[in-house]
Amino acid sequence: MVFPARLFKNTITALIAVLPLLSVANVSDDVQQEHAQTEAHAQHAEGVAHSDSHNEHEPADKKSKIKAFVDHHLQDSHYFVFFSDEETGEHYGFSLPVILIDNGLKVFSAAKFEHGEEIVEAGGEYYALYHDKIYKTDAEGTLDFDEHHHPTNAKPLDFSITKNVVAMLITAILMFLLFTGLAKSYKKGPIPTGFGRVLEPLVIFIRDEVALPNIGEKKYRKFMGYLLTVFFFILILNLIGLTPLGINVTGNIAITACLALFTYFITQFSANKEYWAHIFWMPDVPVLMKIALIPIEILGTLTKPFALMIRLYANISAGHIVVMSLIGLIFVFKNWIAGPSFFALTLFISVIEVLVAFLQAFVFTMLSALFIGMAVQEHHHEEDHDKHTEEEPIII
Amino acid sequence: MEKLINDFSFGLFFWQALILVILIILLVKFAWKPIMTAITEREAGIADALAAAEAARKEMQNLQADNQRILQEARAERDAMIKDAREIKEKMIADAKHEAEAQGEKMIEQAKATIESEKNAAMAELKTQVSGLSLQIAEKILKNQLSDTTAQTELVERMLEDAKLS
Repeated sequence: MVFPARLFKNTITALIAVLPLLSVANVSDDVQQEHAQTEAHAQHAEGVAHSDSHNEHEPADKKSKIKAFVDHHLQDSHYFVFFSDEETGEHYGFSLPVILIDNGLKVFSAAKFEHGEEIVEAGGEYYALYHDKIYKTDAEGTLDFDEHHHPTNAKPLDFSITKNVVAMLITAILMFLLFTGLAKSYKKGPIPTGFGRVLEPLVIFIRDEVALPNIGEKKYRKFMGYLLTVFFFILILNLIGLTPLGINVTGNIAITACLALFTYFITQFSANKEYWAHIFWMPDVPVLMKIALIPIEILGTLTKPFALMIRLYANISAGHIVVMSLIGLIFVFKNWIAGPSFFALTLFISVIEVLVAFLQAFVFTMLSALFIGMAVQEHHHEEDHDKHTEEEPIII
Repeated sequence: MEKLINDFSFGLFFWQALILVILIILLVKFAWKPIMTAITEREAGIADALAAAEAARKEMQNLQADNQRILQEARAERDAMIKDAREIKEKMIADAKHEAEAQGEKMIEQAKATIESEKNAAMAELKTQVSGLSLQIAEKILKNQLSDTTAQTELVERMLEDAKLS
């Protein structure tokens, strides 16, 4: 029993130790990619109307280059690039399918964009890839920019299988395999074997520390499926985000918005009479107050998922920005003192990020359970009204 | 905020929602339900086993107390039996002693009586034998002395003399 535990610990420690090292490699790849990409843009833009603004946008020095690749890293991408060669501008990785809904369904490989260098013609329409976003354009690839250098061209409805979608699919398959494996291992005996021994305590933790105290003995079983799925989904995606694959899924606003909306809808649809009574006709207060409280309470239901969305997005994005900026600093200073010290600092922050990965998954699940619990619990006592409003989320 | 809205990708949102819904449905059916059932059953089993163990422990204690009591009783009984046995033994020894003494005395008495009667008989026989013997001796002497006429005469004379003297 001792040996595998120690082995596991050692493996984890080793993985954490090499984390920043691998990220270094990844970051420089991103720099190269970004560089090549912006160069390509610049070259391309020379012939078109807004070449000036384009050239201004090109990262001139190392600092803005690093800023550009950090920005690039935080964004979703149509390519799964592992590394690229700055000299030749070649990218090693694979292109992902682009699915557009714009006068009908259009499916083609992102390889056609040649990392933003080419204009793709599909079904009589022209599309350009600029900073990982697809814009409608004309045959020459003209892009109009506003004062913030954001293209003002129309965007088609983009249902592409992007890097984040691939990461989510991998996570979903991984979760399905892991947990059906765990479920199957119970058929052999009461105690799970293999990796199930790691997963089972987490499942029990979610039940005992998250679902039971917040939702209550009677109703928790109904929400366990959602809470467990969300917890492990966020956790695995957070941890994947720490790998050198350069994926930032949970630091994407669309993802966190979707997760928060799920919690919001589950809360609203499972809410009982008392919950609605507290929103639309607060008991034990004067009639005028009741009317005044209606908009506040309705707004209150919306701020909860909004806080969930922003919290996860901000925490994970911040973690990625900090880690990548620190690695970038190694390249800015490029000397024997800054290198090892920033390496050590990155290692330290990376370890903290592992903690944050667990913590944010836990906090999201915890608060989801809390909101669901508020909606389904039965209020018997008057004191509960005060408690109800005091239990607003204050955890960051 | 503008950046957030700009970053928001509806396609990603759509895929995320789709994946999450499918994942929740699949996992609830194939993973969470069996896992939760198994864990709950196992916990119930553990609770039952603990309760059973507790009950068994109590029973054991009762049994031990019973055993102790029985042992105590047995020990007391044994002590009583030993005591009884000792008393009986002592009594038996004493009785035997008394009997033996009585028997001995009786035997001694008998022996004494026998010895007495034997002695008497022996004495009587001795007397008869002695008298017979004396007679035989006398007879032999007489025969011997009377075989010779002079001696007879002498004897008669001595006897006569004695008779005269007396």
